[in-house]
Amino acid sequence: MSIEPTIAAENRREPWFRRLPVVSHFNKSVGLQRGMLVAGLILTALFLLTAIFAPLIAPYGFSQISDAEGSFPAQQAPGGRHLLGTTVGGYDVFSRVVWGAQTAVMVIVVAVIMSIFIGVILGLVSGYIGGWLDRILVVIADAVYAFPSLLVAIVMAIVISGGRSSLWGGILAAAISITVVFIPQYFRVIRAETIRLKAEPFVESAKVVGASNIRIMTRHIYKNATRTLPLIFTLNASEAILTLAGLGFLGFGIEPTSAAEWGFDLNKALADTTSGIWWTGVFPGLAIVLTVVGLTLVGESINDLNDPRLRGRKKASSGKPGPGHAAAQTANSAEVSSS
Amino acid sequence: MSTNIGSVSDRHTRGSGPVLDIDHLKVTFATDAGDVYAVKDVSLEVNPGEVVAIVGESGSGKTVTAKTILGLLPETAISSGAVLINGNNVISVSASKLREIRGRDVAMVFQEPSTALNPVFTVGWQIAEGIRAHAGHGRVSAKDAKARAIEALRKVGIPDPETRVNYYPHQFSGGQKQRVVIAAALALNPGLIVADEPTTALDVTVQAEILQLLRELRDQYGTSIVLITHNMGVVADLADRVVVMYQGDVVEEASARVLFAEPKQDYTKKLLAAVPHLGRNSASAGMTERAHQGGKVLVEAKNLTIEYPGRLGSPAFKAVDGVNFTLSEGEVFGLVGESGSGKTTIGRAIAGLNKTTGGSLKVLDYEMLNLKERTFKPLRKQIGFVFQDPAASFNPQLTIGDCIAEPLIIHSKPTPAQARQRTRELLESVQLPAAYADRYPHELSGGQRQRASLARALILNPKLLIADEPTSALDVSVQAKVLELFKEIQAEFGFACLFISHDLAVVDILSHWVGVLYKGKMVEQGLGNQVMGHPQHEYTKKLIASLPVPDPDEQARRREEFRAVLGA
Repeated sequence: MSIEPTIAAENRREPWFRRLPVVSHFNKSVGLQRGMLVAGLILTALFLLTAIFAPLIAPYGFSQISDAEGSFPAQQAPGGRHLLGTTVGGYDVFSRVVWGAQTAVMVIVVAVIMSIFIGVILGLVSGYIGGWLDRILVVIADAVYAFPSLLVAIVMAIVISGGRSSLWGGILAAAISITVVFIPQYFRVIRAETIRLKAEPFVESAKVVGASNIRIMTRHIYKNATRTLPLIFTLNASEAILTLAGLGFLGFGIEPTSAAEWGFDLNKALADTTSGIWWTGVFPGLAIVLTVVGLTLVGESINDLNDPRLRGRKKASSGKPGPGHAAAQTANSAEVSSS
Repeated sequence: MSTNIGSVSDRHTRGSGPVLDIDHLKVTFATDAGDVYAVKDVSLEVNPGEVVAIVGESGSGKTVTAKTILGLLPETAISSGAVLINGNNVISVSASKLREIRGRDVAMVFQEPSTALNPVFTVGWQIAEGIRAHAGHGRVSAKDAKARAIEALRKVGIPDPETRVNYYPHQFSGGQKQRVVIAAALALNPGLIVADEPTTALDVTVQAEILQLLRELRDQYGTSIVLITHNMGVVADLADRVVVMYQGDVVEEASARVLFAEPKQDYTKKLLAAVPHLGRNSASAGMTERAHQGGKVLVEAKNLTIEYPGRLGSPAFKAVDGVNFTLSEGEVFGLVGESGSGKTTIGRAIAGLNKTTGGSLKVLDYEMLNLKERTFKPLRKQIGFVFQDPAASFNPQLTIGDCIAEPLIIHSKPTPAQARQRTRELLESVQLPAAYADRYPHELSGGQRQRASLARALILNPKLLIADEPTSALDVSVQAKVLELFKEIQAEFGFACLFISHDLAVVDILSHWVGVLYKGKMVEQGLGNQVMGHPQHEYTKKLIASLPVPDPDEQARRREEFRAVLGA
């Protein structure tokens, strides 16, 4: 009890990088949960690295159909100069799969950032102010929810770009259509958190000292309401890929000359399957599956690890009590013994 | 296996050894921060017909010990040692054997009766559930089970049990719900009942009834009781023997009378000294008339009414009904009442958190009846507020320093250096090290957080402080220190204070003038020592009679003396 409690507390705080979302989750995990998280992280890292280094990895451009040695052969089986074969149009499948990762990342980043910003702001305002504004926003969000997301995405794609477009036009069209579908999700999560936090004593105590509504929203509620965002982010990223692929598959994607897109390639591969040409469909499909599995594993692992009831722990009985425990006890005992 | 509702003689044939024998129990939890030794080495015995109280402050391991007795520990816990109930070691028996022991040999009464009962089943069904579970292969007929549920309800003093057996939990009051929980525990006539804080969630007048019931059960049926509590008054009222726990270890074990009269260990002495004792250490001792009446009146309520709108078709609920009082500069006004008396509503209305609906409430000459946030805001810097739960009243994302400086930043826009300087001064006044400004709220203990909360309320040097149950979430030893600090600071800063609490003894320590609220009406107000010593109103009398004092002999005398008032 003679230990100075301050020292104990100083030791307890972890360096900032160990408190980052994914890093802290990794440190908390054990066993199967850690395995799932690691598998997801590896797949996601692979996806991101492929996207970033696409120009270095891909042997050819996404719209390249010929090089110095002449035009590429059409529908060539994997092997030789074309690692994963070529399509009916003479595109190199491997190159298009690699470039497709880049398109996917861009769409995810644009879509998720737009929907997070708008969704969080609307959720905060709607939850905190309440009243008729809240009711109208909830009704609109519910209405958007009720639409099949792909249908909304198609309508948006038509509205925004007339259904076909350049690289950024296509990416924006896909991203905005995904945004429209995702805003209600962020909106609802943040709104629910805001309503819960509004009744917390620390918000009331801010009200009592005379803090303005904007100050309460930005300083007190915002930070506490957005803690679940990394989770929704990862789960939505995988959904964004699926929506993008769905759009491309239906022909609302990006032209093959402006960017590579997995869904579009899958669509073009449909006719090949009957003639036994498997490589044009399997590889873009596999890319979609692995990316979605990777992101979902990360998201679900974070979800489980965030919940103390779902989180697995090492068995007790060996080892020393943790630093947090010791510090809390010294703090308590210092308080009791200092009387 | 006998499933009869046994009699006392039946119980005694089971043998005269202890009902419960805990031998070198250790419980370890796996947490994120490493292993936590919740119970380090506990050994104790409970004899037939004995009430053993396990007392301790939060984190002492008393509840973990209680849960071990019924094998209710979560998966993350590992226990060693032995917990013998009628010869069965609860720690090592199989799951099916454990189910057999639960209910038949030992039963549990939980802290919160409203969550311990399932709201979608009738109480009769819930009591009968245990009976059916232990019927073995011979089924218990529905009629039979119901008859026994009625019998159990009658035992715990529920009036008209034949009708009430078909009621749902929400049709009972809090105290009656706890009686039902006890009836369910008694359904199979176990030799031992483990009661984990059985009265903590209840009002003091209801608490007195439940304690009386538990005492009768022991006297009439010879049931042994393990009573887990932090309330020394409850211990003095009910327990035969007391086990004091501190940080997972048994510090002292003695019969109740010996423990209260001559505690041996330092910790026990400190703990007992910290328990507020009604009538001792009164703030109004020696006063004969109300003090501070020369000063300005800061709060004046005239026929104050606060209603909460009812649902469609039902009338509005009057939380506060025609209350009159004044609070002058420098005065400490203690507002006492049980849950639902409207005491918190009044406090919140003064801070502008609730709207008033009738009469007049003047705060610093501002009429709260038509409160406009814009016009009231300048007055807010003269009002400080201390919330009940120190853990929840701090933004977990901000440091303590930021939290304390918040009112200052809002009202006077200081430079960061000025804010830091003032924060440091305030931390010093509430006896916290200045370095604590950089900590986050969860890194402080409950008492430290409540001091910081006091610092935040005082940073603008307010004229008026509203303290809503500021110590009810704290352990007694911590509460004693916070109260002492509060008293010192009030004398030093000289602010007027509305001190709201359900605990008469706590209110008496601080307040010069005390008001007693009952169902929204102010039934009595006067000098602290007058109200506590010579209560006039029936309700105040009952309230004071119900409050157990931490002294077994005095409490036994009081119990006899107040039998008439309590109507028990």
